[in-house]
Amino acid sequence: MKIVVRSEAFDLGAEVDAMRRGRTDIGAIASFVGLARDMNEGSGVAAMTLEHYPGMTEKALGRLVEEAKSRWALLDVTVIHRIGRLLPGDPIVLVAVASSHRGEAFAACEFIMDYLKTRAPFWKKEETPAGERWVEARASDDAAAARWDPP
Amino acid sequence: MKLRVLYFARLRERFGVAEESLDFAGATVADLVALLRARGGVWSEELAGGRAFRVAVNQDIVAPDASLPDQAEVAIFPPVTGG
Repeated sequence: MKIVVRSEAFDLGAEVDAMRRGRTDIGAIASFVGLARDMNEGSGVAAMTLEHYPGMTEKALGRLVEEAKSRWALLDVTVIHRIGRLLPGDPIVLVAVASSHRGEAFAACEFIMDYLKTRAPFWKKEETPAGERWVEARASDDAAAARWDPP
Repeated sequence: MKLRVLYFARLRERFGVAEESLDFAGATVADLVALLRARGGVWSEELAGGRAFRVAVNQDIVAPDASLPDQAEVAIFPPVTGG
């Protein structure tokens, strides 16, 4: 398992290579990369700054990875989330999940992202032509996370 | 009891404070929020009943009726927007 919060960029290929290096039991790796966009809520975004809660962030990410491992048979998980100032096109977050079969890798990758969006203490502030603004949480993100709740 | 209270993101900016130490006579998160709200101004505005904010105690998000242990690290922040 690898969980990292940092300002530096990451390379998806390198992370996936590291995950599979030296082992032949992995049958599937599913990955997700979230990127900073140049547009949000109808206005241009020149840059964004990501703030987090040091200490709780790592704890929250660790807990949601553990939750994923308790639901699916996972062989490895990597989560990298960037903080600081990012420009449009910059990668923000990476989730990669290794498993024996694709179904578990796909599901766990989506689950981790949905939970991360609603449980990990990060906040985005955007620079727009009208000035700076904090991004508001979206009800659709809560709905996406709720899909995974027990019935 | 003594509490360390942290504020993040929009709330940190609006309150103009990132962290403070409080001597607290109440018992629960709701008691603490009521105390802060009573400061008036931006405090009563941002922590009003209908406003969305989250409270973490010792780095776990909790419900308003959660009790506060002595020396707790309490954080108050807007709903998260990472990813």
